[in-house]
Amino acid sequence: MLTRYARRRYVDVIVRSACVLATLVALIPLISVLYYVTRRGIGGIDLAFFTELPKPVGESGGGMANALQGTLKLVFLACLFGIPPGVMAGMYLAEFGQTRFGKWVRFSADVMSGVPSITVGIFVYSLVVLRAKHFSAFAGGVALAVLMLPTVTRTTEELLKLVPESLREAALGLGVPQWRATLRVMLRTAAPGIATGVMLAVARVAGETAPLLFTAFSNPFWSSGFNEPTASLPMNIYNYAVSPYEEWHRQAWAAALVLLILVLLLNISARLLVRSRVGAR
Amino acid sequence: MNRRHTDREYEGELESLRERVLLMGAHVEEVLALAMRAYVDRNVLLARGTIELDSTIDQLELEIDEAAIQILARRQPVASDLRFITTTLKLVTDLERMGDLGVNICERVAELGADRSESPQDPIPRIADVAQGMVHDALDAFVAGDAVKANQVIDRDKAVDAYYAQLYPELLPRMMSNPNVVFESTRLLSIGKSLERLADHATNIAEMVVYMVKGQDVRHSGQASHQ
Amino acid sequence: MSSASSQSKISRPHQRKGSSSDDKSRWDEVSVSTVVPKMRTTDLHAYFGQVEVLKGISLQIAEKQVTAVIGPSGCGKSTFVRCLNRMHEVIPGARATGQVLLDKQDIYQGDVDAVRVRRRVGMVFQKPNPFPTMSIRDNVLAGLRLNGERPEDPDAVVEKMLQRVALWDEVKDILGRAGTGLSGGQQQRLCIARSLALEPEVLLMDEPCSALDPIATARVEELIHELRKSYTIVIVTHNMQQAARVANFTAFFYLGKLIEHDRTDVIFTRPKEQRTEDYITGRFG
Repeated sequence: MLTRYARRRYVDVIVRSACVLATLVALIPLISVLYYVTRRGIGGIDLAFFTELPKPVGESGGGMANALQGTLKLVFLACLFGIPPGVMAGMYLAEFGQTRFGKWVRFSADVMSGVPSITVGIFVYSLVVLRAKHFSAFAGGVALAVLMLPTVTRTTEELLKLVPESLREAALGLGVPQWRATLRVMLRTAAPGIATGVMLAVARVAGETAPLLFTAFSNPFWSSGFNEPTASLPMNIYNYAVSPYEEWHRQAWAAALVLLILVLLLNISARLLVRSRVGAR
Repeated sequence: MNRRHTDREYEGELESLRERVLLMGAHVEEVLALAMRAYVDRNVLLARGTIELDSTIDQLELEIDEAAIQILARRQPVASDLRFITTTLKLVTDLERMGDLGVNICERVAELGADRSESPQDPIPRIADVAQGMVHDALDAFVAGDAVKANQVIDRDKAVDAYYAQLYPELLPRMMSNPNVVFESTRLLSIGKSLERLADHATNIAEMVVYMVKGQDVRHSGQASHQ
Repeated sequence: MSSASSQSKISRPHQRKGSSSDDKSRWDEVSVSTVVPKMRTTDLHAYFGQVEVLKGISLQIAEKQVTAVIGPSGCGKSTFVRCLNRMHEVIPGARATGQVLLDKQDIYQGDVDAVRVRRRVGMVFQKPNPFPTMSIRDNVLAGLRLNGERPEDPDAVVEKMLQRVALWDEVKDILGRAGTGLSGGQQQRLCIARSLALEPEVLLMDEPCSALDPIATARVEELIHELRKSYTIVIVTHNMQQAARVANFTAFFYLGKLIEHDRTDVIFTRPKEQRTEDYITGRFG
């Protein structure tokens, strides 16, 4: 018969192994995606990829320079339209979140974060594209902004709430009006965290495809300004992947790899930003 | 002093201090009583025995001082507690001196021996009565926190001073008329002086009781204040 | 014991009447009613929603003196002090009625701007709260900068304020470091410097030393002693010995009422109210 102690050790080993196993299983998709995309995509990465426009069907070579430009444009617009309202809504919720209206705002934000991205796409389609009678990067930016909004709002709210009230009191005690105290003390203290949250929201939105289907659509050439339909990495991956052409498949993999790296870079920078702030204390 | 301290150990320390002061006071009263008995009976043996008791009084003074300082250091007493502690510290000084005065009386009694001249009236007992009464009442006032009683003690000091002032005029003619009684009379003068100083110490105690109870310092004001 | 007994009848070198020290006898005559009040409250009531936490407080704060407010938890002492600079109403649902005079002007009157009041009546809090995103230098100037003011010579201001709180020598070489990088006692003195930069007339301190160790506490108390020459100070403390050490006047609050207000030496040797006596001697019942 095992002693109590030995039995406990036995159980400990079993559970511990199970946890390790489960972790490995969870890591498998991540590692396999990274590996597979890298392996398939690395072949397509060359200078042409980053500088040339796509060649017509049948011809080999060419690149996705316009898609890169498009993704950057869309992300820029998404930030422009999504961050200011999101941060301000977050500030409102942190200050007045207990009122009836505040509770409704929070509820809406939570609901919105669960809305399927394609629904958002259709919504923006009917609102912007139909009115303008053409696809545009602007519409795509709006759709992505709408997707970003709930995340930015909630992050801002939570981080502002984390700032100790004692700082606000200190500011008020110095004869600073309430609004200035919120802006220049509370917000400023929460800023690094909010920046991190925003970066993560951007990382998520950069890879969205569905909302772009009906808004930015696609473009085989450079798009000028914000009022023309524009190519983007996700859209190109989709279009090229379902095409029958081997060449395009190769380029799609490369695009997938580039997108992956972009998202990874954003995530890592967000982490580094947090670490540097914590280290400063 | 009706409510108790929340910290029972503190309350206990204060109680213990008070009890020791009372014990010391009881010893002093006993020494006085025995000294006066020895005087009246001219009992030299009793006088010599009484002198031994003074060491207990001295010992108690040391213990009480130590205990009071401990409380000051550890408890930071304020208000009534502070007045009680500081009163106690000063009080035991007076009590110790009173013990010494009792010893003085006993020494004079021993010197007198069985001597007793035929004197018309012995002036000492009436001084002793008042003085002993003052000591007793002063200690009672301390126990009860009775400022009224303490003030009465302060008033009686005048009587003792008056009796003592009459002592020398009364004894001088006797000494002049009969040189044989000079030895005895000088001893009587000394005893009278000790009793007068006993009364002064009792007055000191009473004044401090008034301070302890009321927070008023009535010392050196010349007149006792009546409430 | 010496054999020369000191008798009450022998005159002593220093008699109580006609004391040799003039200052001492003048202080003996000072009382709550004879000093010039910098602030005065009249029938001050304070509420949190429906709950009344201050029940008609009428109290004078003497000018250029330290007044301590003591009392058990929940007696309203922090609330009272917050009413003195209108910080109480910042809490949602909180309100106050009654008069609070600052130099004869009622700060609760309708048209008085609470923000301006807080420039004249500064506040230091229990937990030191320097702004974490600012350096030591910026923290000292924060009060001015956040109000949009630009001092002509900021370095002079910083040095002067830090000298005043006896912190200059310790931090003059690290002014660029974050305000939160200092020890607790230093942070608290930094917060005091920050408040002083606005040149208030009254300084309110809500248990400023309760988060500090004894040495830091002693430094802050010494600072209070120095500051008294130029500012009126009100200090809330739950440490009675601290009140006894630093304050000239002490007010005892209990369950929202002012029980006794007098010179500190009177309160701690012969208080007039039984409840005061019970509280300070430790008879909590």
